[in-house]
Amino acid sequence: MEELTAWERVKRARSSERPTSIDYISGIFDRFMELHGDRVCRDDGAIVGGIARIEGIMVTVIGEQKGRTLKQNQKRNFGMPYPDGYRKALRLMKQAEKFGRPIICFVDTPGAFCGIEAEERGQGEAIARNLYEMSALKVPVLSIFIGEGGSGGALALAVANEVWMLENATYSILSPEGFASILWKDGKRANEAAGVMKITAEDLKELHIVERVFGESLPQKEEEPDGFAADGWGTMLENGALTADGDDTKQEDTEDEEEEPNVLNRDNMELVAGQLREGILEFLRVYHRKTPTQIVQERYERFRRF
Amino acid sequence: MGEKSKKGDFMADAFAEPQVPDGLFQKCEKCGEIICSEDVVTNYHTCPNCQAYFRVPPRARISMVADKGSFIEWDMGLPVSDPLKFPGYLEKLEHMRQVTGIDEAVLTGAVRIDGMPVAIGVMAASFMMGSMGEIVGEKLTRMIERATRERLPIVIFCSSGGARMQEGIVSLMQMAKTAGALKRHSDAGLYYVSVLTDPTTGGVVASFAMLGDTILAEPGALIGFAGPRVIEQTIGQKLPEGFQRSEFLLEHGFVDKIVKRERMKKTLSFLIEGSGGEKPSLVRTFAAPVPPQEKVEID
Repeated sequence: MEELTAWERVKRARSSERPTSIDYISGIFDRFMELHGDRVCRDDGAIVGGIARIEGIMVTVIGEQKGRTLKQNQKRNFGMPYPDGYRKALRLMKQAEKFGRPIICFVDTPGAFCGIEAEERGQGEAIARNLYEMSALKVPVLSIFIGEGGSGGALALAVANEVWMLENATYSILSPEGFASILWKDGKRANEAAGVMKITAEDLKELHIVERVFGESLPQKEEEPDGFAADGWGTMLENGALTADGDDTKQEDTEDEEEEPNVLNRDNMELVAGQLREGILEFLRVYHRKTPTQIVQERYERFRRF
Repeated sequence: MGEKSKKGDFMADAFAEPQVPDGLFQKCEKCGEIICSEDVVTNYHTCPNCQAYFRVPPRARISMVADKGSFIEWDMGLPVSDPLKFPGYLEKLEHMRQVTGIDEAVLTGAVRIDGMPVAIGVMAASFMMGSMGEIVGEKLTRMIERATRERLPIVIFCSSGGARMQEGIVSLMQMAKTAGALKRHSDAGLYYVSVLTDPTTGGVVASFAMLGDTILAEPGALIGFAGPRVIEQTIGQKLPEGFQRSEFLLEHGFVDKIVKRERMKKTLSFLIEGSGGEKPSLVRTFAAPVPPQEKVEID
């Protein structure tokens, strides 16, 4: 893993270059069909959901979705769901339960949306209902934090049998800005707040909030044309031989040349997506052997122990 | 809602000729272009010029989504009911039967979709605006009950003006009857896809059309409880463009997905594969992994 401060990781988690739920869904699953609507009021663009196939296994996939451009964010609301989004997610999860499909959630939200309409339609109730119903789902649930995990807005998709995080994803009770503002009456001390909040994947793994952390360090494929392909490095990098540490000097060289070439984005996410795919298949194999009662009980105990 | 006799006669006249006469030309009502009828049929009953969606006769609809030759029709020729002794109703029914070649406003039966057995109901707008009276309700309910017994998923293509006025309160009861049967089907862990086509309104919307585990819609279909004209008269306002169309319902959270005709079979197949059997996914799948082939559908 890279040596970064908590605040640097927060910035990575928030970066608009970072792959979104749809990018992971495209990169991991063989086929995905999006389904819409809460059957009450609205289809919330901040949450995407549907049915996917992976190695012939049908699963339900739900993700919080950020936009990259202003236009996309009009639809995605910067990944901040309304109650309608949580109700859509719950509708799809209950259907997954009915038809025995495991559920895979991608979490990436600054938080549930704050606003007049969101309150009128019961933001609190919607999140509470998700926690309540998810605690008893008879199918396995896996939640993967790929970016920001903002508070209740994240937890509403994360009452899972296992919770995984990417190296630079975060999960917290509140944004560091909010935390600093409440405790120290100074939102500008967010940097400092991030340091004490234990919001990084590594910290959360230690606290047993998450089961697995996936590294984001990347092989330097870009360099091959500069002469590295010929001597066999390219192949080794392709094979993932150097992925975890990537400690050769070449990598350090390039860090100064361009701004952060090592940062995870849509173009270089293939390896991470591949690792997640392998992880998901392993998860499905393990949980396939468990009975619904076992699955519910384990999930209950996972949260009971906190 | 159901149509008065004047409108009904008009509908009967409109369908007095076969919809797509062999080897002839017809005029698209949307773009005004003269188009070859054969092209319309091969083009999923859409206008080859402007892509407008024409209403699809029920048997053509079945052939568009079912495996070739797999349709087995159920519950034909149920005895006619005329609870109100409504003047001229029986004659009208008989006339509609001759004109449309089907026995009521819905066909039910079993088909295979990509090899998977499915119970199906297809409504016919050409038959008294697809209105639901006792026989329509009974055919659908028998189909749903049989699907529950035989553990089959259900697909219903809806297209209806609503409850059939000529049968009065008995038509209203069909809403409760079909809804109750679907509840049992669902409680048995079985899957139901409702497909909304133009138009789906009134008592059909307020019962089985909106009860699908998954609700699909064709593009641009009129879908609503009260018809637009009734609403405009009631509230004294002009309705906005696109009100009560499929896209409006999608935005308001009532439709899972809008599906074009040429994609309908593939879409149904994938959905049924994902929800079709009792404990579908994990058990059967580890045995035979399928190589990655298709893409991601986000809309």
